[in-house]
Amino acid sequence: MPIAKVNGIEVEFEPGMTVLQVAELAGEEIPRFCYHERLSIAGNCRMCLVEVKPGPPKPQASCALPAADKQEIFTNSPMVKKAREGVMEFLLVNHPLDCPICDQGGECDLQDEAMGYGRAGSRFDENKRAVDEKFMGPLIKTTMTRCIQCTRCVRFATEVAGVSELGLLNRGEDAEISTYLEGAVTSELSGNLVDLCPVGALTSKPYAFNARPWELTKTETVDVMDGLGASIRVDARGPAVLRVLPRTNDEINEEWISDKTRHAVDGLARQRLDQPYVKIDGKLRPASWGQAFAAIAARVKATTPDRMGLIAGDLQDAESMKAAMDLFRSLGVASIDCRQDGSVLGTGPRESWLFNSTIAGIDEADAIMLIGANPRLEAPVLNARIRRRWLTGKLLTGVIGEAADLTYRYNHLGTSPEAIRQFVAHGPISKEKPMFIIGQGALNRPDSAAVLQMLGAAAKSMGVVREGWNGFNVLHTAASRVGGLDMGFVPAAGGRNTHAMLAAAEAGELDVLYLLGADEIDTSRLGKAFVIYQGTHGDAGAQAADVILPGAAYTEKPGIYVNTEGRTQIANRAVFPKGDAKEDWSIFRALSEDLGHRLPYDSLEALRRRLIQDHPTFGQVDHAPGHVSAGTFDVGAIGTAGEVADTPFRSPVTDFHLTNPIARASVTMAECARSLKAARGLLAAE
Amino acid sequence: MVGILEDKDRIFTNLYGFHDWGLEGAKARGCWNATREILQQGPDWIIDNMKASGLRGRGGAGFSTGLKWSFMPKEVGARPHYLVVNADESEPGTCKDREILRHDPHLLIEGCLIASFAMHAHACYIYLRGEYVREREVLEEAVKQAYEAKLIGKDNIHGWDFDLYVHHGAGAYICGEETALLESLEGKKGQPRLKPPFPAGAGLYGCPTTVNNVESIAVAGTILRRGAAWFAGLGRANNTGTKLMCISGHVNKPCNVEEAMSIPLRQLLEEHCGGVRGGWGNLKAVIPGGSSVPMITAEQCETALMDFDSLRELRSGLGTAAVIVMDKSTDLVRAIARISYFYKHESCGQCTPCREGTGWMWRVMERMARGEAEMKEIDLLLDVASQVEGHTICALGDAAAWPIQGLFRHFRPEIEERIASYRSGRPHVQGHAIAAE
Repeated sequence: MPIAKVNGIEVEFEPGMTVLQVAELAGEEIPRFCYHERLSIAGNCRMCLVEVKPGPPKPQASCALPAADKQEIFTNSPMVKKAREGVMEFLLVNHPLDCPICDQGGECDLQDEAMGYGRAGSRFDENKRAVDEKFMGPLIKTTMTRCIQCTRCVRFATEVAGVSELGLLNRGEDAEISTYLEGAVTSELSGNLVDLCPVGALTSKPYAFNARPWELTKTETVDVMDGLGASIRVDARGPAVLRVLPRTNDEINEEWISDKTRHAVDGLARQRLDQPYVKIDGKLRPASWGQAFAAIAARVKATTPDRMGLIAGDLQDAESMKAAMDLFRSLGVASIDCRQDGSVLGTGPRESWLFNSTIAGIDEADAIMLIGANPRLEAPVLNARIRRRWLTGKLLTGVIGEAADLTYRYNHLGTSPEAIRQFVAHGPISKEKPMFIIGQGALNRPDSAAVLQMLGAAAKSMGVVREGWNGFNVLHTAASRVGGLDMGFVPAAGGRNTHAMLAAAEAGELDVLYLLGADEIDTSRLGKAFVIYQGTHGDAGAQAADVILPGAAYTEKPGIYVNTEGRTQIANRAVFPKGDAKEDWSIFRALSEDLGHRLPYDSLEALRRRLIQDHPTFGQVDHAPGHVSAGTFDVGAIGTAGEVADTPFRSPVTDFHLTNPIARASVTMAECARSLKAARGLLAAE
Repeated sequence: MVGILEDKDRIFTNLYGFHDWGLEGAKARGCWNATREILQQGPDWIIDNMKASGLRGRGGAGFSTGLKWSFMPKEVGARPHYLVVNADESEPGTCKDREILRHDPHLLIEGCLIASFAMHAHACYIYLRGEYVREREVLEEAVKQAYEAKLIGKDNIHGWDFDLYVHHGAGAYICGEETALLESLEGKKGQPRLKPPFPAGAGLYGCPTTVNNVESIAVAGTILRRGAAWFAGLGRANNTGTKLMCISGHVNKPCNVEEAMSIPLRQLLEEHCGGVRGGWGNLKAVIPGGSSVPMITAEQCETALMDFDSLRELRSGLGTAAVIVMDKSTDLVRAIARISYFYKHESCGQCTPCREGTGWMWRVMERMARGEAEMKEIDLLLDVASQVEGHTICALGDAAAWPIQGLFRHFRPEIEERIASYRSGRPHVQGHAIAAE
């Protein structure tokens, strides 16, 4: 490997690295504004200047300069320091001195670097430039006078988000970043622009003037807004969650998160259930936990296990599902289901419901077929990864399902299951790492078992699963789903699934239905059943409930979530549950006493031990199985044969911003949905 | 005889447009003569001869043209090669390429063919300055003539498939920078690219590309016809050949003239331009190579030779050989302030020092021109100029800094005197000026 000297210290580096990266290997921090390792190199801020020998007698932009063998790099020579001070002065001449009223204060790159390279006073006696504000939608607040034209936002929007809606207008000192038409940025990833902006030009609109970074308690945890389980940091002050930021995790979200992940958090403070309610005389009235449990116990004891059911929702942690499952099993209830959308997954090998290639595997894939999936809406961060792979020109993409704008081009192979049939006896394809990505749109239909069987046969025929590569992928939209399936949260023999439970309730064959955060079911079909809703928000499930038990949202409890890859991740508590609300597993533990079937764990640790003992995959924290079992996974054997209807696939996500109770309670998400609709309407009108 | 260069050694024999610019006229003047034979010598022969002729790029930087051609990959790989001709002549004071474009376009077209052949390129783009409308009309007509005569195009008589495209720019000065030109040619915003990679490695559409000035390409045919030794025999060592020089400003007869390199500046002005207005003694300063190079004083003009090395020794440069003559009636500060405004206006805004620095320098220069500045601001201005110089992606930052540095190098006392007299002329009383009105 080549060797370079950084300030006299020898460093070995990989060929192809830039001088900046080599200097960082040596532990030297290089100031930068425009450079971002996940974006293309612009080299325009000129802050990362270093001196290199051999080289011209002037400082060089280290971010764009390839390192060479036997190169000498100086990051702290007088020439470098003078050059950086000069650049810093230029950046500041037209930058307002409004740090006290700037939301970026305390986490501003310009502020930080000015401490190192700024002058004590200004030599600039002319008038400062002022730039008009730009409208960039409900999430991004602009103060364009603060902009230093680093163009990170432009590069992110163009390269990662795939929407060419930002650009640098005009030239020279009149240059300004603009959305051209003063329209909202229509990307589902637009919130990341705020993170990328090194100054206070783009700040978060919902978070404006809410807090200073040093006031916040920062908790590293896991996101539940989609099936990816993005790594996030929850910033809270006292009992209030104020914002969510991404954490870097190259396996899942790199350093992006979707707008829903970031901005749905104001929903955590609205429409909350903070005490138990019991319906008396047709009206929900506040009650104590004891009264609520007594009401439940009375109804449960008055009926038989076959007339009871349990449905778990999309945001549940594995512990609460385990406790619920154990309780209902001990009561003898067979009708339990974690698939409130009616999906057919859950039987057969574990590989049949996982994203086996892993999310990072997309970077290696050379062909992707999307079936009944719209990843842009169902998992925007994953979609950005597909786009990045597509941009390399090494990826062939096909879509069976709706022909949506996915930010990359694809071959549209059809809209309905009929289009799969041509692949059933297709024969091996010439690609080395092909992928099927199967969305919930293909799996929650009445004929999905047969669709799945067809897909399995097609995957087998095309050689999607082979030794060392498992290209069979299910893209989940619910954070709780894989955890639920992994622990067998599906109907036992003779039990009813979600559809059957609703049908039974409608027909009066179900007396007690326990909804564990399940809000996406058709609550008009619950008939006369006694409905217990345990959850966080006054959403659909709570409206239909006879007893409400207030639970904890994902920021309010430690919990285990398994993402679509089968990666077990542990979330941490950032704040405490609201009011009288409790952590969900402890509600079941308390209720189990009243029902006379005491659960055998008294602490979360004991519950987790039990969970791991019963289902060992939960013990493999942050491990995605990936391709290890590709050799033994018989993809052709999944699903069941049957008739398939020729109706088009439909993504379960129609309104990206409003998919779960937290998001629906969020004012920000409502505003986003409204503005997106307005933008679409405008487009349609043209 | 006037000047040094004899008529028989002129390359641009229709520089003033007295003759037919069309194909017939060009052929009568020797253009397109033996082009096929030149190509038959092979690319290596052409490049070797170009190197031997000592031709240095006529766009301003003065890099050896033959050497530049030799940087192109020897074999055509997966990506095609391109030649791009930079006809975005926008440097204030420079008006040499337009004369070639409108009066001797066939020399350029022939040069394009030869250079493209030498670099294995089958396509060449001429990027024309936005304001050059008439020039474009002539050039396009000449290209059409060449196509019709099968001099270029598919299956032409020279045996090298070759297409020539004329692209009309939109009038931004920065698009004369070679990588910004490529961006603009690709349909993007004209902003210089980072180097490396250099265009010879990844240029137009990521393919190996060479960008040459119009004059560098237009002289190639004649050099190869008459021999490298002929060209190398003109001028002095390392500064060989003939050069189009554009003399403007305070001379009696401003003109464009083709002269031998290294002609003494004084001889150039006196013999071709009728001398400085009011006599040599009335000369104050000369900007010898277009607005971006530092000025030199009248004393330096006595000995300066019009070539790269002599002017470099005087801490200026030959640039495009656009000589701007200023006599003693000139307000030099005002003149440089105007030049500063030009660079502020034409900065692309991509990188920080140039975007922020050009505006700052211009504003200080404006006040200095009026005398309204502080004495200490002179050093501030020079410091700012040094912070811009050498810290930018392209050379526009340097071009903005140099004229100011040149001014202060030679005429600092004049500005100090102006600031002092401005102050002494006004009692330092708040509101005095208003009360007087």
